[in-house]
Amino acid sequence: MSDKPVLSFKFRLQLAEYKLALAHDMALAGITALFGHSGSGKTTVLRVLAGLEEEADAYVSYDGEPWQTPAPESVFVPPHARAVGYVFQEARLFPHLDVKGNLDFAAKRAADRTTGTDFETVIGRLDLEPLLERRTEALSGGERQRVALARALLTKPRLMLMDEPMSALDPRRKAEILPYIAKLPQDFQVPVIYVTHSVDEVAYLADTMIVLSKGRKVADGPVADTLARLDLGPATGRFEAGVVLDAKVAAHDPEYRLTTLDISGQTVQVPLVDAELGAAIRLRVRARDVILSTQRPDAMSSRNIFQGQIVEIIEEAETPFAETLVEIPGGRLRARITRRSAADLKLKAGAEVFAIVKSISLAGATTLAR
Amino acid sequence: MPELGPVLLTLVLAAVTTVLLLFVGTPLAWWLAHTKSRFKPLVEAVTALPLVLPPTVLGFYLLVLFSPNSSFGSLWVTMTGSTLAFSFTGLVIASMIYSLPFMVQPLQTSFEAIGREPLEVAATLGATPRDTFYSVVIPMSVRGFLTASVLTFAHTIGEFGVVLMVGGNIPGQTKVISIAIYEHVETLNYAEAHVLSAGLLVFSFVVLVAVYALNRKAPLNVG
Repeated sequence: MSDKPVLSFKFRLQLAEYKLALAHDMALAGITALFGHSGSGKTTVLRVLAGLEEEADAYVSYDGEPWQTPAPESVFVPPHARAVGYVFQEARLFPHLDVKGNLDFAAKRAADRTTGTDFETVIGRLDLEPLLERRTEALSGGERQRVALARALLTKPRLMLMDEPMSALDPRRKAEILPYIAKLPQDFQVPVIYVTHSVDEVAYLADTMIVLSKGRKVADGPVADTLARLDLGPATGRFEAGVVLDAKVAAHDPEYRLTTLDISGQTVQVPLVDAELGAAIRLRVRARDVILSTQRPDAMSSRNIFQGQIVEIIEEAETPFAETLVEIPGGRLRARITRRSAADLKLKAGAEVFAIVKSISLAGATTLAR
Repeated sequence: MPELGPVLLTLVLAAVTTVLLLFVGTPLAWWLAHTKSRFKPLVEAVTALPLVLPPTVLGFYLLVLFSPNSSFGSLWVTMTGSTLAFSFTGLVIASMIYSLPFMVQPLQTSFEAIGREPLEVAATLGATPRDTFYSVVIPMSVRGFLTASVLTFAHTIGEFGVVLMVGGNIPGQTKVISIAIYEHVETLNYAEAHVLSAGLLVFSFVVLVAVYALNRKAPLNVG
């Protein structure tokens, strides 16, 4: 694989409810989340990239090689020649083949592609050895998606496209497959475009993100920066809005079942985490879980208090709320408070505040091998 | 002892018709299952015509077409040196037209049941459309092919009106079971008619039971 291939696309499509008008160039590296609410056009973008929308009036090029161009040239590289791995929302395993048959289907047809990972390695890294002889109906939802993931990898893809591969799974199955997806770029040297409407999944998996809303790109950039933007409220969802923070495991306290995490010198405590000392963990803090105070609170049940400075406040005129961005050592926090509190506490940009965090989630899973 | 000639001839006719129709009917059914062409209803109607037309009407037009006086019939004579009317070849062509819906409709239903998803999956896994057809569509349509073939075979065996019109009653050439039965009844030879009729009845029944049993057992869940 060449160093960071560039994917360019530009299209204007009439969807059922609105126009999908999108232009983007991206250096493919790591996991890029294509984020938006259902019906924002994410899946269509993925389908065009894969070559499943031949009639689309679209321009797509991969590393300078045109895959699809609009009329009059009308270049169209069919999906089977694009070397793109696609994982659908439902696993879509072939019912007439067992697990091994499904995997062989992909492997056989990629036999002459020189780059990519061989059969044994893919099976090993995805722990599929015990499932090979099974019939596909006998698999659990999580196992089915793992087989679908392996099958896509066995095509030796230059790019992996994943369309909400976990939306049909319950939380336990999700937690089961999430680590495999997180490790795709390192384990298989393949960039991933990951479609999702879950902020949790973005926070846990992605390095960069593109935010789609009603068929338009409203933001793109590193996940931490994009999630901290207050102006994206409607697109990222107010209820789920929040930030991600990078932390290291500093200490475990088995007696109280707590783990102390270090965020650039500031410590927080969370329920015991199954990770080694020093391990890097990505945290997610929702705006609705942050309380602001102008004085250092003591005698509080929350153990997670940050001192910081308000960077920005956006008052939402039609609602009781104000979105607040607070600069803390090692990152930023978002707090969703009432406009009334903001006025009473005389909060404004530049003010010193204490941010009390009621709850921290470990971005979807217990450990994170980053 | 019943005469074996008509029985053998009937089986050969049905087998040849079924095999040839598999080649003609499969692409037609595939096209019908996937086309967005505005001619689709037209083609579907033509395909279904033999279901509703009296066999004598179909036979009449085929007879006219096969006649050496028609352009098609005379072309055939110049190309092959023999006429189509009252020949085994003519009977095969007539049977193919007569049984076409029995091949096409089960296949079309089966192809439609597969849907686009498995085809898209196969494409993203590196399979060309032709490859996909052989390695995904056919294995997923086993039941459809089985049903279509058996129905075509059985329907061809039971054909009477069309044969009477274009085939006549030439032993070893066009004298199939149904014609033989008709002839026995005409000549009041009921014993022979009984043997052939009972044979045909039992055969048809056994075949249908086998199809339904197989259909139940087939491990494929299409769709």
